[in-house]
Amino acid sequence: MQWRPELSRRHFLGVSAAATLGLMGAPLRAQTGPKRGGHFRLGVGGGATTDTLDPANWKPFMTSYGHALHGYLTEVGADGVLRGEVAESWEASPDAKIWTFKLRAGLEFHNGKSLSAEDVIASLNHHRGEGSKSAAKAILASVVDIRADGPDVVVVELATGNADFPYLLDDYHLPMMPAKDGLADTSGVGLGGYVLEMTDFGVKASATRFANYWKPNAAWFDSIEVLAIHDATARTNALLTGQIHAMDRADLKTIHMLERNQGIEITSIAGTQHYTMPMLVDQAPYSNKDLRLALKYGIDRQQFLDTILRGYGQIGNDHPISPAMRYAAKDLPQRAYDPDRAKFHFEKAGLSGTKLSLSTAEAAFPGAVDAAVLYQQNLAAAGIEIDVLREPNDGYWDNVWTKKPWCTAFWSGRATEDWMFSQVYASGTEWNDTRWGNERFDELLLKARAELDENLRGEMYAEMQGIVHEDGGVVVPVFANYVGAMSRKIGHGTIGTSWALDGYRSTERWWFAEEA
Amino acid sequence: MKNLINLILWKVALGVLTLFAVSLIIFTGVQMLPGDFATEILGQAATAEAVAAIRESLGLDLPAHQRYFAWVGDLLTGDFGTAFSSGRDVAELIGPRLWNTVFLAGLTAMIAVPVALALGLICAVYRDSWFDRAVNFVTLASISFPEFFVAYVLMLWLAVNAGLLPVLSDVDINSTLSERIYLSILPALTLTLGVLAHMVRMTKISLVSLLENEYIETARLKGNSELRVLARHALPNAWAPVANVVALNLAYLITGVVVVEAVFVYPGMGQLMVDAVQVRDIPVVQSCALIFAVAYVLVNLAADVISTATNPRLLHPK
Repeated sequence: MQWRPELSRRHFLGVSAAATLGLMGAPLRAQTGPKRGGHFRLGVGGGATTDTLDPANWKPFMTSYGHALHGYLTEVGADGVLRGEVAESWEASPDAKIWTFKLRAGLEFHNGKSLSAEDVIASLNHHRGEGSKSAAKAILASVVDIRADGPDVVVVELATGNADFPYLLDDYHLPMMPAKDGLADTSGVGLGGYVLEMTDFGVKASATRFANYWKPNAAWFDSIEVLAIHDATARTNALLTGQIHAMDRADLKTIHMLERNQGIEITSIAGTQHYTMPMLVDQAPYSNKDLRLALKYGIDRQQFLDTILRGYGQIGNDHPISPAMRYAAKDLPQRAYDPDRAKFHFEKAGLSGTKLSLSTAEAAFPGAVDAAVLYQQNLAAAGIEIDVLREPNDGYWDNVWTKKPWCTAFWSGRATEDWMFSQVYASGTEWNDTRWGNERFDELLLKARAELDENLRGEMYAEMQGIVHEDGGVVVPVFANYVGAMSRKIGHGTIGTSWALDGYRSTERWWFAEEA
Repeated sequence: MKNLINLILWKVALGVLTLFAVSLIIFTGVQMLPGDFATEILGQAATAEAVAAIRESLGLDLPAHQRYFAWVGDLLTGDFGTAFSSGRDVAELIGPRLWNTVFLAGLTAMIAVPVALALGLICAVYRDSWFDRAVNFVTLASISFPEFFVAYVLMLWLAVNAGLLPVLSDVDINSTLSERIYLSILPALTLTLGVLAHMVRMTKISLVSLLENEYIETARLKGNSELRVLARHALPNAWAPVANVVALNLAYLITGVVVVEAVFVYPGMGQLMVDAVQVRDIPVVQSCALIFAVAYVLVNLAADVISTATNPRLLHPK
């Protein structure tokens, strides 16, 4: 069957609401169509001298820059619809186990090599296999075999059916690279709209437009440059003085001042990134469901959203599926702050008088320490006492997260429900940061993954969100928007929600509406 | 002259010994950091299998003493090793960064040292005047503010409001000398304000104490002009303490400007080392630390040589 994912109404609303937010209060300007030219400078709040061109371990800096150089098999469009990019079309077997991708004809790498099936196979195999050091290994873990069927057809066989498989191929770790002796060439040669010019990791990287780029209506700039500017104040000043044209991670503490600037547009995108407070449910007292419920009722989500995120986000409902996603459970009642119920469950758990400890550090998410203290106050109103343990930033993910019984953490989220659930919520997976497991949940996960009927899948995912919401070991207070800023000289269409910076494709999708 | 050569040889020998001790301390320090390259580079994405694969391929599973001797052995043959993260040669990685750092330190010194000496001199001659007090106040205030704050204030005045200078100092290999200077002025000014007070006060204090000596009084009574008294009689004796404090500040400019580098996106050694520490890229961390140690040894050596060469009593001991 031909696979055509539908754009859900809900998803569409989320996207357009987010896009108009940025235009509010702005002077009306003539929106001209896209045009070519200019040198685009993008400031990102990540980047280190340790970055590499090898996509196996890309961090946000390389992800922003890498999308300029590379093409992917599929692309989540700005409108949220999955499209073929390097793959022209694809088909699945009825059990969603065997996927056949037809490659677009006539694509050319920057070094002049024509794309063929062997390049796709080498690029995907780069992340698989015994000694793989790739962070994307888990994404492709279910792949049993990848083979060519002629020069322009690639067949991927999965161990278990997965209806979302084409979505996974938009993951930023999986760009297409040319094959060299059967291995992927990670020197930065790609199929993307720009050719690598210079990299100085930890500082900047630049690229110039690829003359033979296959997309007629994309990659509008003559050249692009991505700068690593860690300091939020410096990033903002660089934008204000016109040294960069756009930036990610606007500083929420000073954003009200940026909002007043007529030359700047704030982009606030409701994506999948969420802040969490995972508890290890195999340890007392967190093994007690009533305690977990007490802690879930004991957090004031609205206050969290208003103070920590300055309103740039959405309230969470103790499960990881963002309202912007395809199968978000819209009928699941929103849990609200209720000190009385929190107290009731706490006493029912028989834990009156015990003091809990919440480990936290700024490394978990910006404002995590403040958030923990706020939570402490919320819980105190319910008669629940907690200590806020401030941990060092350095080594936080290694020494605190999944080690301490209760901590603060964040997830950038995943493009699909299945991906998020199977990586973090299925019993016994390596990233299950609560060690929670539920039989019914695991059963539904497998069934929904292979189900090609959209409605049936939606029902199953809704039930699963309900299970995590009720029984899971995680408090999910908020979903944090991707908040960036750009000069009004930059033109853009609808901004994609799949990642920050227009699905990390700003260099491809944006253009200069005015002379820089 | 012979004394000077002996002194230099002696100091170099001591320096080599110091560096050896430092290499041990660096290596032990790095070992004590929690986690290793494998766990840090994978972060939240670490799985036991991927961690083990990375450890094995980098030789992190070998015992510590073996790794230490392998490192020192390679260093002696001039091989700094390969960076874990990028697989690039460490010397190649550090080279341009070191040049940038030395350039910024040099530019700062070219602004700061003459200004500090001049101010110190004027303050010594007109001590307790309003000028002396004003200089004292301003330099002490600027050293008391954290560097990032001084950087923000200068950025706001000179870049955002006045539009005279750029906010970002992202020099690269293609920058011409004039571009380099233009891009580096803001960070250099920030650093100047950070090191000025120390040098001004040292110059002033050593001159003030010298000017109270009897031989200065004698020189004045001989009828020498005040300028000649300062230049011929007082200053030669002041070089030693001043050279030492300048050396100390130069060493600081080479090793301790991470904050300024981060604010202005200046690609120096500090940022390189911090990045490397964060992912436990041990070859890079160790090489940076060692280069910093060499810088300290060298500037101190230079200070010793200057204080000896300018002081006849040290140059020709009885």
